[in-house]
Amino acid sequence: MHAIVTVIGKDRVGIIAAVGAMLAQNGVNILDISQTVMEDYFTMIMLVDLEKCQISVAQLASLLEDEGTKLALSIRIQREEIFNAMHRI
Amino acid sequence: MLNKQEILQTISMIDQQHLDIRTITMGISLRGCTHYDEKECCRRIYDKISSSAEHLVKTGEAIEREFGIPIVNKRISVTPIALVAEACATSDYMPFAAAMDKAAEACGVNFIGGFSALVQKGFTEGDRKLIESIPRALAETSCVCSSVNVATTQAGINMDAVALMGRIIKKTADLTADRGGLGCAKLVVFANAVEDNPFMAGAFHGIGEAECVINVGVSGPGVVCHALQSAKGAPFDEVAEVIKKTAFRITRMGQLVAQEASRRLNVPFGVVDLSLAPTPAVGDSVARILEEMGLEICGTHGTTAALALLNDAVKKGGIMASGHVGGLSGAFIPVSEDEGMIAAANSGILTLDKLEAMTCVCSVGLDMIAVPGDISAETIAAIIADEAAIGVTNHKTTAVRLIPAPGKKVGDMVEFGGLLGSAPVMPVHPASSAEFINRGGRIPAPLNSLRN
Repeated sequence: MHAIVTVIGKDRVGIIAAVGAMLAQNGVNILDISQTVMEDYFTMIMLVDLEKCQISVAQLASLLEDEGTKLALSIRIQREEIFNAMHRI
Repeated sequence: MLNKQEILQTISMIDQQHLDIRTITMGISLRGCTHYDEKECCRRIYDKISSSAEHLVKTGEAIEREFGIPIVNKRISVTPIALVAEACATSDYMPFAAAMDKAAEACGVNFIGGFSALVQKGFTEGDRKLIESIPRALAETSCVCSSVNVATTQAGINMDAVALMGRIIKKTADLTADRGGLGCAKLVVFANAVEDNPFMAGAFHGIGEAECVINVGVSGPGVVCHALQSAKGAPFDEVAEVIKKTAFRITRMGQLVAQEASRRLNVPFGVVDLSLAPTPAVGDSVARILEEMGLEICGTHGTTAALALLNDAVKKGGIMASGHVGGLSGAFIPVSEDEGMIAAANSGILTLDKLEAMTCVCSVGLDMIAVPGDISAETIAAIIADEAAIGVTNHKTTAVRLIPAPGKKVGDMVEFGGLLGSAPVMPVHPASSAEFINRGGRIPAPLNSLRN
């Protein structure tokens, strides 16, 4: 199952490291990653594979949300289907 | 592969434009619960609801979490209780409402609809008992919603039922006077009621429906309003196009959630209801969409045309995005639940008469409107009759959900809280309709040919 992780907020050192480490710890494979920084505003989008993920999407979402709170960022994970439904026929 | 703009667009729709799934409603048939013994009937109702919907809330929450899309309400609709309770000799149907309420609470849903009767052509014993029980049922339960269908295009308008509902609405307001007449916010009087509506307070599980179904109501006035900001000054062809595209996206999301819920609960998917349902939150208003089209204040001249365009474009855009579309499908204009409508009503531009005109071109009708507490039952009935006539003549659903706010006068505000919002008390015409209403009988069904 694929999902999209998005990180939005003020840029700082170590965002990718923190999110990447957390995903790795839970067996989540990063398939694609793109990021931009516009006027200190950081946006990162990752396509991830949850095949080998040891915890549920809901649990992973909570972990990422907590990490986001710590780093003062908005971090979320959503199953890819929601985007495909809205943007692909 | 999805591009960045698409992903960020979806996220901004959810975060900033209040995009959500308004409700996942499980429709449950209670036809197998009838029994001549009242206690046994209530026990069966409770058991059927609580076992069928046991996992509804948990499943809704899991989908919400995994897809990152808020699902605001999880609800239940059941077979009109007048049909289920009729085999019992008891005259008070309050225990059936209590059984529904208890089951709703056990399942963790916030509303359960179906304390209903269908009396478009006439009353059965059970229908009368149910309607007489409505005021107490709504005052003494917290989750139960009630609806009564008083007219259809095929049967005409049951004016005895219309007159009775005027009195029932008054009584419901009186019994919930300590809460601003809140009971009336849970009571809808319909013409041409639909059997698969997932939205409260008018949801019930129609007799032509399956044992158990999942219906989903989408929302998203904020998204439509935001999208229209990019079409400032553009001709209406373009406005319609923007709305259609937006409605398509919103509905696709609703369809996905409906299918996922249906699969996980192992309950067949019924319909997606393509309604634009506003909330009192800023940026989640249908009135503001109409204003975005170029009206200074919703309710001024041009409002009916703007709403007609919106309603039609939402349906056109949404219909291709879903396997089965049903319910009310259109734009809702509940005054107390729409920040822009509240402001327009407060300004005096949006009047009851204009709202009535607007109901000719959008789904539902005079919805969540507070009127003075001293309004007569006959005036309420006459307002219902007008709405029913619009529905019956135009082959559409119309409804009335009026709140005669106890002790309040024109200009006062009534607070209901939460999604029900707050409403300014709006003036009604002082001239009497009593003689008209007291005639009773039926208004015959309209002619369906010679349509000019």
